[in-house]
Formats: sequence, structure tokens, C-alpha cells
Amino acid sequence: MDHALSKEVETQVEQRPGRLREFWFYFRENRGAVFGFWIFVAFVIVAATAPWIAPHDPTQQFREFALIPPVWQEGGNWSFPLGTDPLGRDMLSRLLNGARYSFFVGIVVVVVAASGGILLGLLAGFSPKWLDALIMRLMDIILAFPSLLLALVLVAILGPSLTNAMIAIAIVLQPHYVRLTRASVIGELGKDYVTSARVAGAGLWRLMFVTVLPNCLAPIIVQAALSFSTAILDAAALGFLGMGAQPPTPEWGTMLAEAREFILRAWWVVTLPGLAILITVLAINLMGDGLRDALDPKLKRS
Amino acid sequence: MLRYVLSRFATFLPTFIGVTLISFAFIRVLPGDPIIVMAGERGMSQERYDELVIQFGFDRPVLVQYWEYLTGVLQGDLGTSYVTKRPVWDEFFALFPATLELSICAMIFAVALGLPAGVIAAMNRGKFYDRALMSTALIGYSMPIFWWALLLIIVFSGNLGWTPVSGRIDLLYYFPDTTGFMLIDSLLSGQSGAFTSAVRHLILPTIVLGTIPLAVIARQTRSAMLEVLGEDYIRTARAKGLPPGRINGIHALRNALIPVITVIGLSVGTLLAGAILTETIFSWPGIGKWMVDSIFRRDYPVVQGGLLLIAVMVMVVNLTVDLLYGLINPKIRKR
Repeated sequence: MDHALSKEVETQVEQRPGRLREFWFYFRENRGAVFGFWIFVAFVIVAATAPWIAPHDPTQQFREFALIPPVWQEGGNWSFPLGTDPLGRDMLSRLLNGARYSFFVGIVVVVVAASGGILLGLLAGFSPKWLDALIMRLMDIILAFPSLLLALVLVAILGPSLTNAMIAIAIVLQPHYVRLTRASVIGELGKDYVTSARVAGAGLWRLMFVTVLPNCLAPIIVQAALSFSTAILDAAALGFLGMGAQPPTPEWGTMLAEAREFILRAWWVVTLPGLAILITVLAINLMGDGLRDALDPKLKRS
Repeated sequence: MLRYVLSRFATFLPTFIGVTLISFAFIRVLPGDPIIVMAGERGMSQERYDELVIQFGFDRPVLVQYWEYLTGVLQGDLGTSYVTKRPVWDEFFALFPATLELSICAMIFAVALGLPAGVIAAMNRGKFYDRALMSTALIGYSMPIFWWALLLIIVFSGNLGWTPVSGRIDLLYYFPDTTGFMLIDSLLSGQSGAFTSAVRHLILPTIVLGTIPLAVIARQTRSAMLEVLGEDYIRTARAKGLPPGRINGIHALRNALIPVITVIGLSVGTLLAGAILTETIFSWPGIGKWMVDSIFRRDYPVVQGGLLLIAVMVMVVNLTVDLLYGLINPKIRKR
């Protein structure tokens, strides 16, 4: 009888639409989110193919063509569709290559912060009270510092570079994952399915990663999307302050910092990199809102 | 309530100690010997070096060093700046009013626009105004504010010439800083035009620093309002025939304000992080710019002391918000 029951359950599971399809169904409801998703896809494609689609090398200097405006303005030149910067480098090529750095920063920071944060959060949720308290106080300490300030100071210790900026941002963003994971773990631990798994003899590792973790993932995925955009913003801010990627790297924040003194003479060297940051971050945040609505009805922003 | 207060303090103390540990460790994990760094490019003799090692206590056990650092901190001794040779504590509190003034203005700006925007969006849920306001809020939320600042400078300072680009007041005016707040001091000085000048210097930094809190407050107000509007007592109020203005304005908004106030209180950290960028761009002589400059000048005692003071400030504000929240909402206390 037991066997028959489980079989019945199995067929029921098969009849349900696939998880991904169900997710897409809800995600599609939010038009802004879908819009953001396609922009993000475009961003990823640009990041992947930048060296091949960019018309020039992003660091090559065409000295005789410095500060050429975009083509639609007087004095524009078709070989530099979005103009050139003060050193005669092609803006379009630099912007396209900049997408690589932002994407790279986003991915690395989210992967490092999320994996570390999830591990610590699971540990805190499952461990005895003293270890839980210890981990959470450590996270409180990190959260007491304004994120950008802590990142700045960490970079000052490690030395300014894009890698160190990523490490710093990942450290700063990690506590959010710890808190989120711990809160969901504690919420799940009291439920019957966890107790039954425990009674059935599931070991600690199995309980952590197979039984509980999948049920805690929804808010973590939403957080991942949001911290992807935070990572891009913070890395650009550090670059802007001279503490991130160093010139001549075509990172968007660094480009802005280099262009600062030309703001009143050449609008395009300032406007375009910032616009690139804004559009990317906006697209990811739109997607994040949609993810939240689709994955986590509890958090639904009505 | 007492239990709640005590439990909050019980988590505050270890965090405070941890924060002092981090700022204590900061100067010791830096690459290079802090004494050599302080000597700068002139270098120093071995005798002088040994003398300084003893003076700074680097020869004693780390635990003793930490204890002395902690007792020093509690008495307001945060070390001396390498560059200006002034106590870090004095420098911090000389510059702090500038940051406070800017932050208060930014917060007023954010609340004054964000609250009505959220309420209007909630009342027009799904309609044009809701979409327009919430799209704008999301753009504000995604804004790289350092770029936003440059754009505003291009338009309002460069093309229109309406606002100055940097500083707190025109150099024409000079008066003693009695309160440290330029708006109040310029009024007290009685010089004509001083106050207008101070206001004109404040406008762009206020907008830049207030943008992200504004977006957060608008979004939070909208969702809190929508939640409250779904409650039974609102339906009762409607059934009683109360005018919609009274329902939205008094019954709903009052309860929707609780989470909004929390968000406002907790955005102190965001404001200070934003102040780093805003002050750097507008040459605003506050603690954000001071920290960035000190990092570049390798003025490590300043970075160390500033880091500690800022963190403690954020912690104290968060603790206050928590306690106030517990005071308003009994449900929180029970946990």
C-alpha cells in the first residue's frame, strides 16, 4: 500500500508543470521584469562578445582624434560612432568592453558572497546557540560600517585594484546572505518535513543541504539579483574614487573618474559611461522585482 | 520592555567591542610598518625608530596594546593625525556638523517628496500615476549617484549657471561658526546674501544625497500603505461612510508610517556611504571627504578613528530605532 501511495504521488508530481515553466509563467506577468530580463540578456551577450564586436581596441589612442563628438553632432566621425575620449580612445569600444568588467564583478561578487553567506547562515541556523550568536555578532560588526566606507578601507589595506575591490564588496555584502539564510533555516527547522527527515535518520549534512536549503532558496535568489546590481554600483563607485580598476582599464566608474575634468567641454565622455551603469543596474533591479514577485509570494510588493 | 531593552544592549556591547577590535586591527594589518609610513619619505634613524616603537607601545603584547587602545577610545583619545598633528577626535567633530547639515537636508528632501509619492502611488494602484511614480523611484534606486551629481553639475552649474559647484558658501562671506551649521550661522551673522549663498551651495548636494533614500521611502510607503489599506478596519471605516481623504490620511497613513519610520532610521548608514561620494564630488568639507582624503594621504590614525566613530554612530542610531520600534510596537518586544 505504501508503494502504491508513493507511486500516486509521483505521477502527481509529474503532471505539475515544470518548476521553470511555472516560474516563467509568474515572471511573465510583470512586464517590467521581462523588459529588464531582455536588457540583461543583451548585456551578457555584449560582455561575452565585446572584443569581437568593438570597432577598435579599447586602449588604443588615436591622438589626432581626441575628444571627437558622437556622429550625430557636428564634427562627428563614423569611425568613432560615440565619439572619443580626451586621449583619443573610441568611446563605443570602451563602453562595450566595460560591460565585461561589470559583468565579471557582478558574477564573482555574488558567487563569493552568496556561497560564503549561505554556508555561514546554514551553520548559524543549525548550530548550538553560542556559535549562532558568535556568527551573528560577527555579521552585525560588518553591518555596522557603511558598506562603501568599509570597502574603501579594505581596498586601502589590500591596495587599489579591481580584484581587491571585488573581494571588499563581497565581504561587505555577505552578511545579508547570512541573515537571510539563517532566518529561513530557523523558519523551516520547526516544520514537520524536517522532523520526519531527522527521524528517518538523515545526517546533518543531508539535512542542511538536501532537506532544508532548497526550501530557503527563494529569498536568496532575489537577494542575489539585488546584490548583483549593488556590486556593479559599488565597484563603479570605487573605480570613480580611484580605488577600483585602474586606468587605462575601460571600467565604467574609472572612465567617469578620468572624464571628470571634461564635464563642461565634452558631455559624452561623462554621460555615456554613467548611462551604461544606470541602464544595467536598472535592468537587474527590474528583474529582481519580478523574481521576488514570482518566487516569493510572501514578499510580494502587492 | 526592560527585558527587551536589556536584550538589545546585550547584542550592542559585543558588537561595539568587535568594532573597536576591527579599528584596532586596521593599523596593524596594513602592508608596511606604520612607523615607517609615518616617517614618510624622509626616513628615520634606527634610534628614533626604536624610540617610536616604545612610544606607540608596539613592543608590548598585543592584548595590552588593545586594552590601552580601548581605554583610550572610551576617554575620547583616538590618536593624532599624521598630517595635521591634531587629535582625530577634534578633527572629526569640527567636520561633523557639515555632514550632519547635509544629511538632515537630504533626509528632509527625501521624506518631503517620498512620502507623498508613495501615498499617491498606493491610492492610484495600477494606474498611470502609480506606474510613473514607481518607475521613477526604481530609476532613482538604481542611480549611480556620483554620475547623477556630475549630470546635475553639467545642467545646473554649467549650462544654467544657477548653482555653485563646490564648497559650503562663497568665499566673500566670513563669520565665526557658532553652531557649525552653515544655514544657521549665516543667518546669525546678519550679512546680506550669506544665507542665500549657503542655500544655493546646499541644493545640488542635497538632491544627490537624498535621491536613493527618496526612492526607498517612496517604495516603502507605497507597499506599507497598500498593506494597511487591505485591513479590516479600513473596510469598516469605508462602510461607516467616512470620506476617503480621512481614511487614507488618518486611518491608513498613520499605521503605514511605522515601517517607513524604521526605513528612515536605518538609512543612516546609506546616507553616510552616500556622503563619501557626494562630499568628494562637491568638495563638501565633511567627514566623508575627510575619510577619502585621509585614505589617499595614508593618514592612518584618521582612517582608524573615523572608521570607529562612524560605525559607533550607525550602531547607536540603529539601537535607538530598535528601541523606539519596540516602544511603538508591542509585538516586537515579545520576541
